[in-house]
Amino acid sequence: MATTTMDEGLVGRGARDGGRLFREWFQTLTEAAESGERAAYVFVMGSMMEILRSFDMHTVFPEINSLQTAVRRVSDEYLSVAEDHGFSPDVCGYVKADYGLQMRGGEHPMGRIPKPSVAVLTNACNTYLKWGEIWERLYEIPIITVDVPGSRRAPGSQAHRAGELERDRQYVEHQIREMIGTLEEVSGRKFDIDRFREVLDFTNQMGRSWRRMMELNANHPAVFDAMQEGTIYLGVANALRGTQAGADYFRDLVEEMEYKVAENISPLVDRDEEHRLIFVGVPCYPIFRRFYQLFTEWGGVFVSSTYMWFASGGLDRDFEYDLDNPIASIAEGMLQSVTGAVDAMLFHDQSLIEAIDRYGADGVVYHPVKSCRTVSTGLADSRRVVLENRDVLCLYIESDMMDKRVVSEAQLKNRIDAFFEGLESRKLRMAASGAAS
Amino acid sequence: MAYAVGVDVGSTQTKAVIVDEDERIVGRALIPTGAHVVAAAENAYRVALEDGGIPEEEVGFVVGTGYGRYRVEFGDTQITEIVCHARGAAKMFPDTETVLDMGGQDTKAIRVQKGGDVLDFCMNDKCAAGTGRFLQSAATALEMDLGDLGPRALLGQRPVNISTTCTVFAESEVLSWMARGKKIEDILLGVHQSIASRSFALLKRVGIEGEVTFTGGVTRNEAMVSVLNDLLQTEMNVSEESHYIGALGAAIFGLERVLAGRGVPAVEEVAS
Repeated sequence: MATTTMDEGLVGRGARDGGRLFREWFQTLTEAAESGERAAYVFVMGSMMEILRSFDMHTVFPEINSLQTAVRRVSDEYLSVAEDHGFSPDVCGYVKADYGLQMRGGEHPMGRIPKPSVAVLTNACNTYLKWGEIWERLYEIPIITVDVPGSRRAPGSQAHRAGELERDRQYVEHQIREMIGTLEEVSGRKFDIDRFREVLDFTNQMGRSWRRMMELNANHPAVFDAMQEGTIYLGVANALRGTQAGADYFRDLVEEMEYKVAENISPLVDRDEEHRLIFVGVPCYPIFRRFYQLFTEWGGVFVSSTYMWFASGGLDRDFEYDLDNPIASIAEGMLQSVTGAVDAMLFHDQSLIEAIDRYGADGVVYHPVKSCRTVSTGLADSRRVVLENRDVLCLYIESDMMDKRVVSEAQLKNRIDAFFEGLESRKLRMAASGAAS
Repeated sequence: MAYAVGVDVGSTQTKAVIVDEDERIVGRALIPTGAHVVAAAENAYRVALEDGGIPEEEVGFVVGTGYGRYRVEFGDTQITEIVCHARGAAKMFPDTETVLDMGGQDTKAIRVQKGGDVLDFCMNDKCAAGTGRFLQSAATALEMDLGDLGPRALLGQRPVNISTTCTVFAESEVLSWMARGKKIEDILLGVHQSIASRSFALLKRVGIEGEVTFTGGVTRNEAMVSVLNDLLQTEMNVSEESHYIGALGAAIFGLERVLAGRGVPAVEEVAS
């Protein structure tokens, strides 16, 4: 049947292609490391990939390397190296796994990671600043820190005072121009503004597809799970940002999602979608598959997540780079995406309420993690605000994104089961109430 | 007559309750869980049947709950203790809107609506601070029976400040207060206040509304009831059978399944 052929080609293509692209990316990094080439180290929030890409530099995302050690169940080996060298168990697990990776000569379960030639970071996360200092001491490389002004006010009152946004943009642009000079020295190449425009255009295409994909997940049933597949999409969005391959990938992904909407195909394989959920925080990578299953076995699907907001490098925002003013425009994009990412981490209650309405969610799952207090701060307050404003159930579970010593599957399961029992009981009562009226 | 059974396998004790078709408790059992969880569940079930004089063939449904619910191998289904405590509390005290369950290994604050549906809940994290295990540590340090802690604590007049939130460190802190010559009664009252304050914080996270029902094994400790009542500035609902409430809730869920099987609508299926 034609449908079957279409299914075989389209459904799951994004996950398959995402995995392949990711492996190819790590293979490229491995080859670079083995030939002694170096890479620019960048972070998920405020990566400035477009500028680095225009210099054709290899780029390494230490956060992605670290989480991959957890997904592949070897993070404890890397964490141990760092703790043996004196890092506290309370320090960010991503930092410690990266330090372990550096101490092991870049050996990683996905390949080999090249050493840095330069690191580019922002103040989106306070840990980034100290992390950069570690590389600076280890490798004596330049660390470029871009100071991005915060929103200075609670979300919901977003309007900047007259001139404030423009002054902030100019402040960021000035730093970016300085950065370009440093990158010219590090790479030995002149900055090519036409190449830069080309890269920005690819990111614009990716952003359009990303937003369309998120929009399509409002379908009932949802067409992808924001925690499971969403993590793959996030990986590609970061690693292949500003590339033809990245733009093609997300264009294809939209095609897949539109097909799934037309055919009402859910990401759940062996059961119907029962509960539409929003995930807040970073997933529990040390038991990633099992963690996800604890929700899917009850028919739970994550229709959106704050992770897809704060870790997408601003692709979720309705913003496109102005190719006629590329440097001014990337400064504006940086300002918006970093401020938006920080707000998505720290002030997401109103965004969650809007997402509950947009996606028709009936539950919100909060997952604070021990080794990242930045992303975990204020979740209890957010939960209270959401419960006061919407008739949903909230679940609050704690574990970690890296350290399996603080992950208790039995404790997680108990709370998750109780959450779904509550959702199901509520649904039955609402159905009975509706039938009786 | 058909019966339903709830078996609540806790970290310290296993409880079983049998209810008849009118939701009356007709048999009960309370035994230590020990290391053999499967055997503990079976034993509690047998003892409850004997207690009620109920023939096993008249049992229509068995629900396992508690941390060892999946080891109730003869059970028909499993339901978390969070939901079971809510339902059991609502059965025993129909105006319950808030439940505090303090067991040997964890403490839960649960907001419920009339009828026992869970609206929200919070639990202590993986650490056992603020649970019955904290009391056990204090009892070990003071070489006392667990059952004697409450009455002695009620005699305390100048409670010490137990600053640690760690159950393991609690033992050494208790010993340090002993070394400083503090009265056992004052140390014990301090221990109870420390646990109660942790539980009170959990309750505040879900919101304290309406009648508060106290469930779990620690309900038998009168000092804990007293200290919590002081913090809450209200009298919690406590029954001599409060430690059976989880098993009772499980049994009621089981009874609904029995009745639903006969075409009698289950509670969840009746319009509220």
